[in-house]
Amino acid sequence: MSTLTESFITAGGLVLAGDPQLLGIVTLSLQVSLTAVFLASCVGLPIGAAVAVGRFPGRKPLTVILNGLMGLPPVVIGLLVYLLLSRAGPLGSFGLLFTPTAMVIAQVVLITPIVAALSRQIVADAWRDYEEQLRSLGASTPRAAFTLLVDTRFSLSTAVLAGLGRAVAEVGAVMIVGGNIDGVTRVMTTSIALETSKGDLPLALALGFILIAIVLLLNALAHAVREWAVRRHG
Amino acid sequence: MADALITLDALRYDAGDRTLIRDVSLRIEAGRRTLILGPNGAGKSVLMRLMHGLIEPSAGRILWNGGSGRPAQAMVFQRPVMLRRSVLDNVIYALDLAGVPAAARRARALDVLERVGLSALADRPARVLSGGEQQRAALARAWALRPRVLFLDEPTASLDPGAAAEVERLIRVIADEGCSIVMVTHHLGQARRLADDIVFIDAGRITEHTPVDDFFAAPRSAEAGLYLRGELSWT
Repeated sequence: MSTLTESFITAGGLVLAGDPQLLGIVTLSLQVSLTAVFLASCVGLPIGAAVAVGRFPGRKPLTVILNGLMGLPPVVIGLLVYLLLSRAGPLGSFGLLFTPTAMVIAQVVLITPIVAALSRQIVADAWRDYEEQLRSLGASTPRAAFTLLVDTRFSLSTAVLAGLGRAVAEVGAVMIVGGNIDGVTRVMTTSIALETSKGDLPLALALGFILIAIVLLLNALAHAVREWAVRRHG
Repeated sequence: MADALITLDALRYDAGDRTLIRDVSLRIEAGRRTLILGPNGAGKSVLMRLMHGLIEPSAGRILWNGGSGRPAQAMVFQRPVMLRRSVLDNVIYALDLAGVPAAARRARALDVLERVGLSALADRPARVLSGGEQQRAALARAWALRPRVLFLDEPTASLDPGAAAEVERLIRVIADEGCSIVMVTHHLGQARRLADDIVFIDAGRITEHTPVDDFFAAPRSAEAGLYLRGELSWT
């Protein structure tokens, strides 16, 4: 009980004092996850729209696979990326293992299916309303997919944020491919795991608070953007 | 005889194991306002979608001007689908898809919005307009394409009488510019006001294609007669 209270107090102090070690970890976490989300969105959103709008053989199985890949276990992704990037692996010559870049790669693999599957659902729903009108106007399938991505942009922010939430809170993949090296690849989740096992609960707890706060803030922001957009754009 | 604008030749359309359009042959002449009437589920909308090319017939063929190619055409739906952008940009988008050069799009869009009375709302997000305004914007978007034939699927069904009258007026103006009109409606008064010809369809078959005055005075087919008596008792 006293340990917990003490930890809470120390944690609050670290946050309020803007502890440099803490700041470094939080910054790296956000850098890695935001980069991963950006790249995953560049790939995932077009895939989602294409699967929603396109008419090609294998579309249904692809949808099922995409939805299934949303639940990829991070540690397994970490392991696979580790094997790819390790010295003996096919991409070993780039020397990326245990760098932030490796963590970005692992997270991109992890969240691209999430962004793709959620955006597929959103675009497919819109397509039901838009299809006849867009085809009447002569829109090609790629053009229709692009138009729908633009038109559902506010809903798609939810898909992107779901990816970000997953990336920033995930520990298994970044631990394996990043190695949790102090000052280089140590992020919030890996620190929490490490500090907890070392018994340094205040730092772990402080990071935990920040992590939860970031996730809540992102969702509040997404909610506010959508509310505003609906009022403004209908 | 000159080639008809649209010639349907033994058209059939199956959805699964149901035949929605059976053996429909029809000639629609250019410059006419043709209204399609019929009970619910008769296949009115399906027939129009076949003509516009939104769905492919299961059998039979559609000829435009005796086979010389599809003319410019547009369709207005019962519920207007406005893109999440300004009214002006909705029209510009359609012009872009139609291959109108970028430099000409804006002026052409503004011109057509003026003609439907939406100039003042051109920069508003299209989705926040009222139903009547959205339908006028949809008409403007279609009109901007300078169609030779305009398809309309119950364009006033979800509008109040004032907005419906305005849409009817615009349809007449568009027709007077030489655009052929093919329109589905449930509203007999509207059909009487707008139509040159009536096509009556029942259970996927065309039972008659008659000038409007003849149709309302004495329909040739028994189905149309029943429909008119049933409907007229409500008006």
